[in-house]
Amino acid sequence: MNILVFAEQRENRLKKTAFEAVRAAYDLGAQLGASVSALVLGSGSASLAGELGAYGASSVIAVDTPDLARYSSTAFAKVIATVAAQKKTDVLILSASQMGKDLAPRVAVKLGGGLAADLIALTVRDGEIVGTRPVYAGRALLDVRVTTPVKVFTLRPNVFTASPVDGTASVETIAVSLEEADFACVATDVQVASGRPDVTEADIIVSGGRGMKGPENFALIEKLADVLGAGVGASRAVVDAGWRPHDEQVGQTGKTVSPTLYVACGISGAVQHLAGMSSSKYIVAVNKDKDAPIFQVADYGIVGDVFEVLPELTEQLKKALGK
Amino acid sequence: MRVVVCVNHVPDTEAKIKIGADGRTIERAGVNYMLNPYDEFALEEGLRLREKFTGDVIAISLGNDQNKETLRKALAMGADKAVLLKDDGTRDSYAVAFALAAEIKTLKPDILLFGKQSIDYDNAQVPTLVAEMLGLPSVAVVVKMEVLEGKAVCHREIEGGHEIVQTSLPAVILAQKGLNDPRYPSLKGIMAAKSKPIEEKPAQPAEIRVEALGMRKPPGKAGGKILCADKAAVAELVRLLHEEAKVV
Repeated sequence: MNILVFAEQRENRLKKTAFEAVRAAYDLGAQLGASVSALVLGSGSASLAGELGAYGASSVIAVDTPDLARYSSTAFAKVIATVAAQKKTDVLILSASQMGKDLAPRVAVKLGGGLAADLIALTVRDGEIVGTRPVYAGRALLDVRVTTPVKVFTLRPNVFTASPVDGTASVETIAVSLEEADFACVATDVQVASGRPDVTEADIIVSGGRGMKGPENFALIEKLADVLGAGVGASRAVVDAGWRPHDEQVGQTGKTVSPTLYVACGISGAVQHLAGMSSSKYIVAVNKDKDAPIFQVADYGIVGDVFEVLPELTEQLKKALGK
Repeated sequence: MRVVVCVNHVPDTEAKIKIGADGRTIERAGVNYMLNPYDEFALEEGLRLREKFTGDVIAISLGNDQNKETLRKALAMGADKAVLLKDDGTRDSYAVAFALAAEIKTLKPDILLFGKQSIDYDNAQVPTLVAEMLGLPSVAVVVKMEVLEGKAVCHREIEGGHEIVQTSLPAVILAQKGLNDPRYPSLKGIMAAKSKPIEEKPAQPAEIRVEALGMRKPPGKAGGKILCADKAAVAELVRLLHEEAKVV
């Protein structure tokens, strides 16, 4: 059995989610007696190959061409499907990042395979691969099985741990021929939003809701986020009110996040918000209302005024972290 | 310009989810259904394109008779025509996309709009599956778009920023919140929708590639530690985060 992982890179740096996917594939491979190959695309990608061995890839395939310097879902999907077919891939794994979500359906169709998307667990039960995925914004979990011979999986970012294994990978460079028609859609530019990590990638998120009382008070959230190196999140109410950009919205019509630590400040915890963040490993809630639903999912809560608690918390963490 | 918008009928965001008797789907009784919120952005964008370039907007939904409610809303917002691909059974994303693609092929749209995902199964794969099945380019999670001669320039959300993507047309566009502010159906629109046609036809059968084995509620959280606000509480929180959770 052959497992192939698409290892995403941007700006010639492998994404953390690429290591997560490779390591998850390694663990799956160990149960199935399969080895793991990783695929990197783009200009200069061959130089990244070595890093993937340390997370469980025994071979790395690089399609290292300037044609793939700019992201194109149509061209990337063709290359991934071509390599997957050439390597007789049975299981293809991608991260459910924006790029992975964009590519996986296309590659699945090209390979005649089914796609189980956005998994939070990937296990083997009676010799069969079973994926678990949140549905209804995390209000239920669904176990699924892909019935086609070729199986495609995408893994939710930040859920699978990217811990290294003791290994090295062989590196092979493959050329795939592309035509102009393969670039029907192509990324021409990227605009970076802010210096802070995006909520879908952040290890820690500090999030604010209506209890912050006004957009100007998000400075308190930002200060705490800066001390923690955290991303800034927001509830739907404050995004709809125009206090914060939509990129920051956490919840059912925003982003689904699974950070190690989620700090909810002045957020009551509407169902839609909980849906987007309840899979966080640790949840801290600061809210004036002791009956706010957010406290039901919180590991640690402070019932109190965010305008008193946040500056104090920021100060104390600054000291504790030696900043 | 012909615009096709695919719309889905989903449980509303406040719905209490209970696992159904089959153990694989939710209990539908007592759950309110509505037009998938992301599809509203798609529909609005389609209507604006028609207003700018003239042409028509066709809304398609796959499902049972209840989906007519969502199609009526699409018509009330201003869609010219609606198509219901009827199927009472359960399909996976592949089977949904297969039937949609078969229908869309006959309609020859210049632009095909979807919401970026349905908030029921949250698969976010049907639109791109349809694009691939039809051999069309696609741009996902679009928050801004401009249609020019034979192409569109879209801003799509990626981790930590926006990616600007240029695509040839026809193309599949997946709408994200922020793309526009959807209009409310006017009284006139609601009245007009009653006389607009909903064409019904059976959805093309297709194989299932992802089988649901079992659905369950996520494990609940054990009771957290709730502290009352004072300086000592903040110090205690910092200690817990550092020593117990070991996250800072």
